[in-house]
Amino acid sequence: MTIQQISVFLENRAGQLAEITAILSEHQVNMRAIHIAETSDYGVLRMIVDRPQRAASLLLEHGFVLSMTPVLAVTVPDEPGALGKILTLLARENIDVEYVYSVFGQVQDRACMIFRVADIDRLAALLQDNGMPPAHHQELGIQDEQK
Amino acid sequence: MERYYQKDIECASREQIRAWQDERLVRQVRNVWDNVPYYRKKMEEKGLTPDDVRNVDDLSKLPFVTKDDLRQAYPYGLLARPLKDCVRIQSTSGTTGKRVVAFYTQHDIDLWEDCCARAIMAAGGTNEDVCQVSYGYGLFTGGPGLNGGSHKVGCLTIPTSSGNTERQIMFIRDLNATILCCTPSYAAYLAESMKEMGLTPDQIPLKAGIFGAEAWSQEMRRDIEKTLGIKAYDIYGLTELSGPGVSYECSAQTGMHINEDHFIAEIIDPNTGEVLPEGSKGELVFTSITKEAFPLLRYRTRDICVLHHEDCPCGRTHIKMSKPMGRSDDMLIIKGVNVFPSQIETVLMGQSFAPNYQIIVDRVNNTDTMEVLVEMTPEMFSDQLSQVAEKEKQVVAALKAMLGIYAKVRLVAPKSIQRSEGKAVRVIDKRKI
Repeated sequence: MTIQQISVFLENRAGQLAEITAILSEHQVNMRAIHIAETSDYGVLRMIVDRPQRAASLLLEHGFVLSMTPVLAVTVPDEPGALGKILTLLARENIDVEYVYSVFGQVQDRACMIFRVADIDRLAALLQDNGMPPAHHQELGIQDEQK
Repeated sequence: MERYYQKDIECASREQIRAWQDERLVRQVRNVWDNVPYYRKKMEEKGLTPDDVRNVDDLSKLPFVTKDDLRQAYPYGLLARPLKDCVRIQSTSGTTGKRVVAFYTQHDIDLWEDCCARAIMAAGGTNEDVCQVSYGYGLFTGGPGLNGGSHKVGCLTIPTSSGNTERQIMFIRDLNATILCCTPSYAAYLAESMKEMGLTPDQIPLKAGIFGAEAWSQEMRRDIEKTLGIKAYDIYGLTELSGPGVSYECSAQTGMHINEDHFIAEIIDPNTGEVLPEGSKGELVFTSITKEAFPLLRYRTRDICVLHHEDCPCGRTHIKMSKPMGRSDDMLIIKGVNVFPSQIETVLMGQSFAPNYQIIVDRVNNTDTMEVLVEMTPEMFSDQLSQVAEKEKQVVAALKAMLGIYAKVRLVAPKSIQRSEGKAVRVIDKRKI
């Protein structure tokens, strides 16, 4: 049910992100979602790609520091108020969202959000119980890779 | 009018100074031979006995003493008097693992304070002056040394110690302080603060400043002098030898007179140890010939400078040393504090960072800044910024605990720190001094 997000340390200097996208495109790795959090000195790139293992080993070969972070993808109707429903549910259950961001384009005609929380199993169960099962990696076009 | 604290000594003939040095050196060598087994062993290893040193010409036969010797002998190994005769210790600016503890008898304190009194009077001080000592008090020698010297001159002494800038300025103005003693960077900061308050030099009662314990440029001197409306004098010293007042500037401001009745200075080639002729640039070496408790023979300061004899318009006859132009080891002096790159390495390893780092030292608005670039490691990394920031904070705190001063930490990408010939460039000093 969980999806592997690649989190990469970014030094705050011109060209860092371009270097990463160049490496991925050269090996035909497609990005499904990206999000960057930054301070004045450095940042963290979080991304969902179609071949996470391949992307991670490529970036490691190029000397990047990264980690794999389990996250949940949740699809919601692409209409006003849909995300709000989930967030209200989470607030009521006192689940603290570390961060949330969206996937490019639609997933089966729905909008898709990536959630990072401390207790991912609890969130998955909660969504399941409320009729909003988290998306499978295949739905996001993430391939099964040989490890 | 030039003022002197001990005119007969400060303006003695060269023959007289030499006679003092000959006599005191012979006595000091005998003293350490008799009382300090560490020295006796070092001399024996060179096949020397006290009889081999008959005057200053024989000084170069003696082995050097380095900071390593001081560390090995810590704490009592170089002590030449029983502890019951000692009345004080002082210690070098808080750097763990490199700390040096120096001992003083009452006689040693007296002579040290005399040296500081000479510096204060050379800066025009008299018993009508109000002398504010804004050097740190405590283990650091700056505060206690100038405090004692100020008493000897008879100045009304304000022992404000360092920090609390508002209160410093209040005392300078309310109590009409005429002499300020502190580090040059703090003087610059005080000057800047007073300027921001709208104070012009004629509203600031100060007339002279005695600034030392760190390197400063002529431009910085002129800036401080202009903003405060004072004449700024340099002073030099090391805890190992006593503290501030080993040498000091006179009104000529062309080098610092070394108190040669207490210290013999040599310039050596830092690589070969060979004594260089007068006027050569090299490492400054001192022998303390009057210290009782903690005498040092041929102590290598690691400061690079030039010695020169010349008739000084101030009338003093003691040799002058230039401002130190650099170091012969990797020690940095940042905000008056001694910093060794190896200490930063120790902290980073302790925090599970790789020992890949770079120190960037700069001077912004006349104040030293230190930034430590640290390469990110997988152990330190997290997808959450708050956790990375937390680790960064821990490193900053650990550096502060080790060095005693704040250093900004900047996390950089792995392998992004320049390496030249396989060896990392550890220090980039951008200060123009």
